[in-house]
Amino acid sequence: METFLDFFSFSDPNVRYVVLGSILITASSAIVGSFTFLKKKALVGDAVAHAVLPGVCLSFILYGEKNPLVLIIGAFTTGWIALTLIDFISSKSKIKEDTAIGLILSVFFGIGIFLLTIIQKSGNAAQSGLDQFLFGKAASLVGSDLITFGLVAVLLLVAVYLFFKEFTLISFDKDFAASVGLPIRAMELILTTLTVLAVVVGIQAVGVVLMAAMLITPAAAARFWTEKIKVMIWLAAIFGAFSGISGAYISYVAPSMPTGPWIVIVISSIAFFSFFFAPGRGIIQRLLTQKRIKKHIVDENILKALYQLGEEEKNFFDKRTIETILSKRTLRRDLLIKSLKRLKREGYLKHSDGLWFFTTEGKNKGQRVVKLHRLWEVYLIQYLRIAPDHVHDDADTIEHVLTPELEARLEKLLNYPSTDPHKSEIPYE
Amino acid sequence: MSNDLQIILAGSFVATACGLLGCYLILRKMAMVGDAISHAVLPGIVLAFLFTGSRDSVTMVIGAGIIGVLTTFLIEFFHKKGKLQTDASIGVTFTWLFAIGVILISVFAGKVDLDQDCVLYGEIAYVPIDLWITDAGTVMGPRVLYISGTVLLIILVFIATGYKELFLTTFDPAYATAVGISTVLWHYLLMGAVSITTVASFESVGAILVVALLIAPPATAYLLTEDLFKMMVLTTIIGVLVSVSGYYLAVATDGSIAGAMATMAGLFFGLAFLFSPTEGYLVKKFRKEKAVMH
Repeated sequence: METFLDFFSFSDPNVRYVVLGSILITASSAIVGSFTFLKKKALVGDAVAHAVLPGVCLSFILYGEKNPLVLIIGAFTTGWIALTLIDFISSKSKIKEDTAIGLILSVFFGIGIFLLTIIQKSGNAAQSGLDQFLFGKAASLVGSDLITFGLVAVLLLVAVYLFFKEFTLISFDKDFAASVGLPIRAMELILTTLTVLAVVVGIQAVGVVLMAAMLITPAAAARFWTEKIKVMIWLAAIFGAFSGISGAYISYVAPSMPTGPWIVIVISSIAFFSFFFAPGRGIIQRLLTQKRIKKHIVDENILKALYQLGEEEKNFFDKRTIETILSKRTLRRDLLIKSLKRLKREGYLKHSDGLWFFTTEGKNKGQRVVKLHRLWEVYLIQYLRIAPDHVHDDADTIEHVLTPELEARLEKLLNYPSTDPHKSEIPYE
Repeated sequence: MSNDLQIILAGSFVATACGLLGCYLILRKMAMVGDAISHAVLPGIVLAFLFTGSRDSVTMVIGAGIIGVLTTFLIEFFHKKGKLQTDASIGVTFTWLFAIGVILISVFAGKVDLDQDCVLYGEIAYVPIDLWITDAGTVMGPRVLYISGTVLLIILVFIATGYKELFLTTFDPAYATAVGISTVLWHYLLMGAVSITTVASFESVGAILVVALLIAPPATAYLLTEDLFKMMVLTTIIGVLVSVSGYYLAVATDGSIAGAMATMAGLFFGLAFLFSPTEGYLVKKFRKEKAVMH
């Protein structure tokens, strides 16, 4: 608790630096990552992240010490080469894009590891800490490093702000963007450059290996909460920043822990929560909606069956046993009983002595379903020229979906037909 | 057997097993799923270590095999039930599992005979000194050689017995279903095989460089032939070449052997990309120019 207060009172200037740096770094990767996510190129970021390792090592070998600017330039160079190679290989040969991504990712990383082990065995004392690029260490961000990486992060944010409209367009609809005269190639180039830059600064916090998570996961989580791109990007930034602060805190209290993986755990937890519990798009909400629709369909089918029984016997309000209903509509008995009780609660049915019968509302609703079914059959035959013995299943599905507006238009279009193709009467009110 | 030969042999076993499965992965456009599995089995490996307290390979292979199949399942679950696009589903799932693995290693640093370096690039150089000694005290030879040899054998048997099924589910899933071959079953069998292979290769080349061996040799072979069987034979040859050349490159430069193997795998791909008689970029370009001159 004490360390918690120490950390979050920000009284230690070092802590202030680290927190500010982590927020800038993680939020800017989340923002840039949102665009690669929307372009469905999320894994390209993974490849770039792995590909910066040889750049970092090479610039160290050439320069001889860990100068942040030199390392950034090195990382940027190989990251860029990797991206270009992926595009080149997948467009100029029969190798597919996913294979090209995996190939470049692993080979570049392999070269990086190869160089790193050579450096480590060379005995150069300045190399210690170079392996922090692998898993990240937010707390080691100090002074000049922080200023360099912070500046790059600010640059990223400004660029996204300036080109927001253009990036949105090329992410969603490239063809349209081209037709309104947007310089697509230039914009793609800028976005790619920003992606590489985001990776280069992001690896400070999470490391090369898990950088992909910083680009993909905040955007994926944010997507579940909104349909608006601006809201989505803000959310992604906030999720990213939150995981960044958590990472800095963990780095502060447990210096032996690798920071990157913890940041990834935090952001993944946010993402899994979103996947399951977000209203609207979340998995649980989806399942509930599916269940509700299923119940609704069962209910309507039972009202339909009761109406058809009424038609046959010319008495809509007769009392029916469960067996009679089952003879008209095959259904699991327990589901039928549940649905009958539901319909009684809603006022469509009445119940006495184990027998079930329509209220007026119930009869009207059953009648409407039957009408929609038969109208749709007429429509399919007249307008889509489908054979009469093929229309039933389709009508069985659509009868639960048609809205009153569509119903009215359908009646008008077909000019109020009196019977369906099977010579059954179409009931109007 | 000399030390050099032992390391090269272990490398070749691993490269061959990975490459053969990789052929199917790249033809099924699942290269990145292979990448995801190879990262995601890490927590399975660490947990198996913790439970058994040793490098008991059978538990490890089973544990990681389960996690590998679970990974594939999770990726599909988020994609189908959550409508998350596939690339993001892959990215979110494997980074999460890999992060758990790295954290477990740090937390149980004293109890687990594994470290982050081993995760990254394996310990193939230790093959000759890591011996399998039976309870009776007989020295049977390098342990890793047995493991990678057994896995290679399993993969060979798997592909030989399921060749027709794998072929059909890869190239014509609709026909496969029509003749009664379950695409789902063979999908998961293949993913299980990939998991087992990555785990067995893990100790020698690490979690990430396995991907280079899964993808680079088959991709190289794919540029040289259209025929699946020839592609697998070529992949095997390239795998062995990668192992031999990688080893000597590492010895000459005093770098990581696994890293050098990945570097060589990339080099071979580059050569095929430029000079393949049928697909080579330079070859095609040269042919075009010749055609223009005539």
